[in-house]
Amino acid sequence: MKPTKESSAIDRRQFLERSAKAGIAIAGVSLLGYALYDPLGPVASETDTGGIVRLPSFSLAESGPRMAIATGADRVSSINLAFKAIGGIDAFIKQGDRVLIKVNAAFATPPFLCATTNPELLAEVCRLCFKAGASSVIITDNPINNPESCFALSGIGESARSVGADLILPKDSFFKPTTVAGGTLIKNWPMLYAPFQGVNKLIGIAPVKDHHRSGASMSMKNWYGLIGGRRNIFHQNINDFIMELGLMVKPTLVILDGTMTMMTNGPTGGSLSDLKATNTMIVSTDQVAADAFGATLLGRTARDLPYLQKAEAEGVGTIDFELLRPVRVQAV
Amino acid sequence: MSIVTVRRVSQTFFLALFLWFCIVSSFGMEWRQLRGWPVNWFLELDPLVALGTVLTTGTLYAGLLWGLATIILTILLGRFFCGWVCPFGTLHHLIGFLGKRGRTASHKAALNHYHGRQSLKYYFLFFLLTAASGTLLADSTRIAFKNPVFFWLILAATMGATVLALVQSFSKPKRAASIGLALIAAWAVLGYFLGAGQMLGASLQTGLLDPLPLLYRSVNLVLLPLADADPQKLFSSQRYYEGAWVLGIIFLGALLLNLKRPRFYCRFLCPLGALFGLLGRYSLWKIGKTADHCRQCRLCEANCEGGCTPSAAIRSNECVLCMNCFHECKHDLIGFGTQRSATGEIVSPELSRREAMITLLSGVALVPMMNLNGNTARNYNPDVIRPPGALAEPEFLRRCLKCGQCMRICPTNIIQPAELQTGLEGIWTPILNFRVGTSGCQLNCVACSLLCPTAAIRPLSLDEKRGRDGFATAGPIRIGTAFVDFGRCLPWAMDKPCIVCQENCPVSPKAIFVREIFNTVRDGTLVVRKADALTVEFRDPVLFPDQMATGDFYLQQLNGPERERKLIVRNTAAQVMVRPDQPFQPPPEPGAVVAIQVRLQRPEVDVKRCIGCGICEHECPVSGRRAIRVTSENESRSKTHSLLL
Repeated sequence: MKPTKESSAIDRRQFLERSAKAGIAIAGVSLLGYALYDPLGPVASETDTGGIVRLPSFSLAESGPRMAIATGADRVSSINLAFKAIGGIDAFIKQGDRVLIKVNAAFATPPFLCATTNPELLAEVCRLCFKAGASSVIITDNPINNPESCFALSGIGESARSVGADLILPKDSFFKPTTVAGGTLIKNWPMLYAPFQGVNKLIGIAPVKDHHRSGASMSMKNWYGLIGGRRNIFHQNINDFIMELGLMVKPTLVILDGTMTMMTNGPTGGSLSDLKATNTMIVSTDQVAADAFGATLLGRTARDLPYLQKAEAEGVGTIDFELLRPVRVQAV
Repeated sequence: MSIVTVRRVSQTFFLALFLWFCIVSSFGMEWRQLRGWPVNWFLELDPLVALGTVLTTGTLYAGLLWGLATIILTILLGRFFCGWVCPFGTLHHLIGFLGKRGRTASHKAALNHYHGRQSLKYYFLFFLLTAASGTLLADSTRIAFKNPVFFWLILAATMGATVLALVQSFSKPKRAASIGLALIAAWAVLGYFLGAGQMLGASLQTGLLDPLPLLYRSVNLVLLPLADADPQKLFSSQRYYEGAWVLGIIFLGALLLNLKRPRFYCRFLCPLGALFGLLGRYSLWKIGKTADHCRQCRLCEANCEGGCTPSAAIRSNECVLCMNCFHECKHDLIGFGTQRSATGEIVSPELSRREAMITLLSGVALVPMMNLNGNTARNYNPDVIRPPGALAEPEFLRRCLKCGQCMRICPTNIIQPAELQTGLEGIWTPILNFRVGTSGCQLNCVACSLLCPTAAIRPLSLDEKRGRDGFATAGPIRIGTAFVDFGRCLPWAMDKPCIVCQENCPVSPKAIFVREIFNTVRDGTLVVRKADALTVEFRDPVLFPDQMATGDFYLQQLNGPERERKLIVRNTAAQVMVRPDQPFQPPPEPGAVVAIQVRLQRPEVDVKRCIGCGICEHECPVSGRRAIRVTSENESRSKTHSLLL
């Protein structure tokens, strides 16, 4: 059967239409193929150096190195005495400051075991910050045990709420890669960064504790809790690592709580017999000096703690705390 | 020569070429072993491979550009690939043909009549493609959200689409499809707000059903290993593949289904055929009737390979261009040309929108659910050793086709198809098993990385694998780390000298080193009856003759002035003779206590040097669960699995 003239005209139109569609489709996939063409394939997982963050220095150059050592069994009065001795908290916290307090909330243990930052001490420091005019106080840590449990059982969470401070629990998205200038270990490694957004003052509050691997866990080792990822591999070279933590974090102040010292079974403790009343509270602008003094509460010296030597050599601070002419005060 | 003969020649040629490529994918010195043939060509021609990896990676890798040629030809011609090229299709064609022999023409026509469930393959295609597109969805929303203009545009479009879809779902239920699309968009947006971490994920699973990976896998892991047996060896030794029987059953099953219905796989299951069916929608040349009226003898359907009803309104998306109808029509009423069929044509598959939506959504939803296993996160399986050059696990799974090319080419047969070790999504992906093969991963071999068609195992140079020249700072590629099991190792646990692992460690300096120790053997502390400089006699005759003369045993006096160990060269039941040039000076006194000691070298692994090649594990004489075993810790491809600073 021969197609009529009319139907062939329809066919021709349909053919053109189809041709146009096919042409567009071919042009489309060809362009897409060209745009996405990757002749070489993936390379070795690049060490992505983009997006590296660094903490700014929070230390106050104008205040100079300062240190106070208060003696007393009551943390609240000790900390007040210590602050008074170095010119009051106003010397460090100004009107409108946003303060971040890095606590040691590593373990889900009750406060009386002194494995974590004492909640009454924390509440008092927060109150002092607010009194000095701080617009907000943020409390954070990336604990070893489950964060919710740690902040609840250590009393830190309740303490923060009671004084109106903001508690920030770590989330995956809060970590950003950091690299320590002059370091060899902390390279492109996740750090708890998000809570530092908008913060201009940093205070570390840590208890004095025995620590089997590094000798002592005090102000400097407390920064371990800002590190994320599979951070336990740093235990292979703990002394250089703690030194690098000192390079990474330049705090406004550290508060080293030696009211009760965990003498044995650190850093978890777990029983009252691990503790000894040493009745000392240290406030210092120099984390190395604070820890060098803290070592004496553990019956150790700075020589027993290689990370202090290394930190001093790298200019993090001074082991010979007497050079800071610490003000010694005693509760009555 | 008729067009059907030309088609048969084409099919035979491509099937033979395919088999030839499989045969030459053998490692060895013979002329018929690997010599630079383009053995991946059929995978590269397969646009489903290209499309799947484009969705999961956003790139079109090297040879996969061939897929574009197939797509263009399909847009012009329709499913020519199925009827003329596809080697799997040819096998189905052949078996279907044999199965139909002797049947009457009307019986054959009934078998080849269109079946409503032929649309099943489209659902498979949709499912596999949406499963592959999660990351793309997440990324496109992320890009959009970086730019506020895009953000508002997308938000407006999504809201508009949702409202429109809702309105239409009342008036035109058939348009409910758009609801599904809106849901996907909403899912993507939600995924963005929830960090996109778990809500969206992509997984390349096309290789499960894609006929070319399936055929490569079946031939590589089942047929050729059977043919490798003596005396007609392709490989120099018998090849073994774990779970090959499952692959064999699937392959045989797919072939036997042709006896139920010719080209069963092509018509009902094949996602590639479905893709071609969609691409050929506007094809310029088509099969069709040139006249409306015919005698309805249906001879044209007796051998219709596509089941596309050429006698009536032809379903051109099912037509595989076998040309049998064209050839068989006694009245020349079927033509291949630019005209539409005189009895009409149906260009789109018969799909239920509801079912299509369910398929699309389940494809998007399944992958995030599989990811909840944590296989690519904290819950990674350390027994999964990937071949050297394998990308980090998530990227690897986005590219691996499960085609088995790496498993075929591996000279030592250690690359094996995974079962469920890497989760459901990792089924039949390559993992290393150092027991089943003939050695470990060879130090100077990069065959698998060069063969991988999608760069799931990226191409490595020997310099990069070995960490030489420009790669010296990065060091060699590590695929894992060997760990000594002190409870099973002969020198560690059983006082037996061994160190086969140390000797075979191919790294220089060796990653396995030994510490020497002298252990007093069981009941080996004895009291001297009498002795001279070279012979010591004990009070009790407790030894077997020459039991201690293997060169590994020493005698040491535990008291008295002479404490130096002397190598035992002979012994009787009560006497031990020591090396003549190592005499006792002075000889032990009667009553002195001596110990027979075995010299042991205990292996340890220097984790800095170990590359995880598994040769130690392969060679370990503890043949069941080896006393030194490789797990994936410290593999180069993952920073989170690193073991050292």
